[in-house]
Amino acid sequence: MADENNFEAPLVDLRRRIEELEGYPEGSGHEAELDRLRGALDKKAREVFGKLTPWQTTLVARHFDRPYTLDYIDHLMEDWVEIHGDRSYADDPAIVGGLATFRGRSVAVIGHQKGRGTKERIFRNFGQPRPEGYRKALRIFKMAEKFNLPVLTLIDTPGAYPGIGAEERGQAEAIARNLIEMAALRVPIIVTVTGEGGSGGALALGVGNRVFMLEYSIYSVISPEGCAAILWKDQDRKAEAASALRLTASDLNRLGVIDAVIPEPIGGAHADHHAACQRVGDILEQALNELSEATAEELIAERHHKFSALGAFEER
Amino acid sequence: MPWFKKTKKPKPLRSDRARSTVPEGLWVKCQGCREIIYSKELARSLKICPKCGYHFRIEIEERIRLLLDKGFAELCSDLRPIDPLSFKDTKPYKDRLKAYQKRLGVPDAAFVLEGTMQGIPVILAAMNYRFMGGSMGSVVGEKIARAAEIATDRGIPLVVVSASGGARMQEGILSLMQMAKISAALNRLRQAGLPYISILTDPTTGGVTASFAMLGDINLAEPGALIGFAGPRVIEQTLRESLPEGFQRSEFLLEKGFLDMVVPRPELKAMVVRCLRHFTVRSIA
Ligand SMILES: [Zn+2]
Repeated sequence: MADENNFEAPLVDLRRRIEELEGYPEGSGHEAELDRLRGALDKKAREVFGKLTPWQTTLVARHFDRPYTLDYIDHLMEDWVEIHGDRSYADDPAIVGGLATFRGRSVAVIGHQKGRGTKERIFRNFGQPRPEGYRKALRIFKMAEKFNLPVLTLIDTPGAYPGIGAEERGQAEAIARNLIEMAALRVPIIVTVTGEGGSGGALALGVGNRVFMLEYSIYSVISPEGCAAILWKDQDRKAEAASALRLTASDLNRLGVIDAVIPEPIGGAHADHHAACQRVGDILEQALNELSEATAEELIAERHHKFSALGAFEER
Repeated sequence: MPWFKKTKKPKPLRSDRARSTVPEGLWVKCQGCREIIYSKELARSLKICPKCGYHFRIEIEERIRLLLDKGFAELCSDLRPIDPLSFKDTKPYKDRLKAYQKRLGVPDAAFVLEGTMQGIPVILAAMNYRFMGGSMGSVVGEKIARAAEIATDRGIPLVVVSASGGARMQEGILSLMQMAKISAALNRLRQAGLPYISILTDPTTGGVTASFAMLGDINLAEPGALIGFAGPRVIEQTLRESLPEGFQRSEFLLEKGFLDMVVPRPELKAMVVRCLRHFTVRSIA
């Protein structure tokens, strides 16, 4: 367990050596070595990612190089028109949303946005929305309904921001409102958890006809750190908490909470943005095709039925 | 009502003791005015401090009797929690459940009842903060969702009393999904044009506030109740500063526009009835 957080180290080293050799001029006799290293990287990546613990999966889900919502939009969408603001208080950069063409269809896209680099991370508030972010999302849901566009949401947040202003402006109400309005929306909603599905702040974009998760994303009622602090009274027990919470994509698939796990490229989505985005694109396209004939009433009934079935209890 | 007849009073739970449920002793110190109050006097006054009006938490049985007319009945009483994740922290979830069930004589943290309020038929769901902090797992979520579904099917109003620290960690993602389940059920109630009154009591935080508790046609709260999304300790830790006086209390939420009214406990039932009459009685002819 000593190197639990550093499981990617052997891959990073191999990648660095491959990059170095790739820079050599052709014909300098390094090709055989390059092939060998590529083979070794592939093998090692399969080995490392084949036995990630839930805590390690959490770290992959939070990886700084992981594709974010705007990367998916960049790889998959054309004619992206980003729209801003909740029309009552502010624009929240922790949620992006707008209109785009996806494989020949107009769609509304809404997702959490984490930043890349310190400055943007702060600007995006590390992907932790305030109420105005959820209200902007709601505005776009309603706009999509008005113009009969399907909605694609991408979830990647540590959670809704716990701050004084956020509470004053009704963080709870904003999340609650989205839950009921998403349940009621007359157009298809397809949800993909791409990174961190952090509690209510994630679910506020999560009430869909289809819910997918990337292979190394997580979705949880509380962060492993928060859970460890409350139940173990010790933040350092986060790895145990991560296991106990059953927060991986395969766990959620087993619990019936999601419709499918989207396999990631070898070494994780951060190792190959293009491949990761295309895999997400393929499953989104398939889901859109499946839902394109459904009536508004069928879509609403399907969401109601889907979420009504979630939970585990006995009835004596 | 078999669940009402307990032979002896349940012992106070350790995790609950520090807070403001009335302890067993003869004398109680009021957390509002710091005065010492005779506990029998407190029991007679709906557990409101006679000196300063501070609302102590009350037992769920008393809460139900306070709101419903005599002759109500429990629904969905057959639901029992299980341990879907085989969750274990310092103690297995199964053992925790058993301990609470034994101490409180109830299966989980919510009741659903059918009854009347001054003659108006309603479905009432009420949360029990003493059971694992009123946390919402599958049973609580299912009960509140069914309460909304039953109200929809019968064409009568729904009243929900919240008292909860939020989603139950021990049921993981399934607890989170209860928020969506209940919201979808409330959407059906809304589509049917039926009233939903949400009563928020001390404390209502986390996923309960961020779903059904904030979605009432009318949101009412008792004075001084802690109501919020993030708990005050989480905010303090994030911001590394202490919070302003009165932050996340009922009066603060009223001022910010998230509650319709703050209603003292003795007037709560009458106020709910007045709202329901406006919603359900179309003309006096
Ligand atoms: Zn007092």
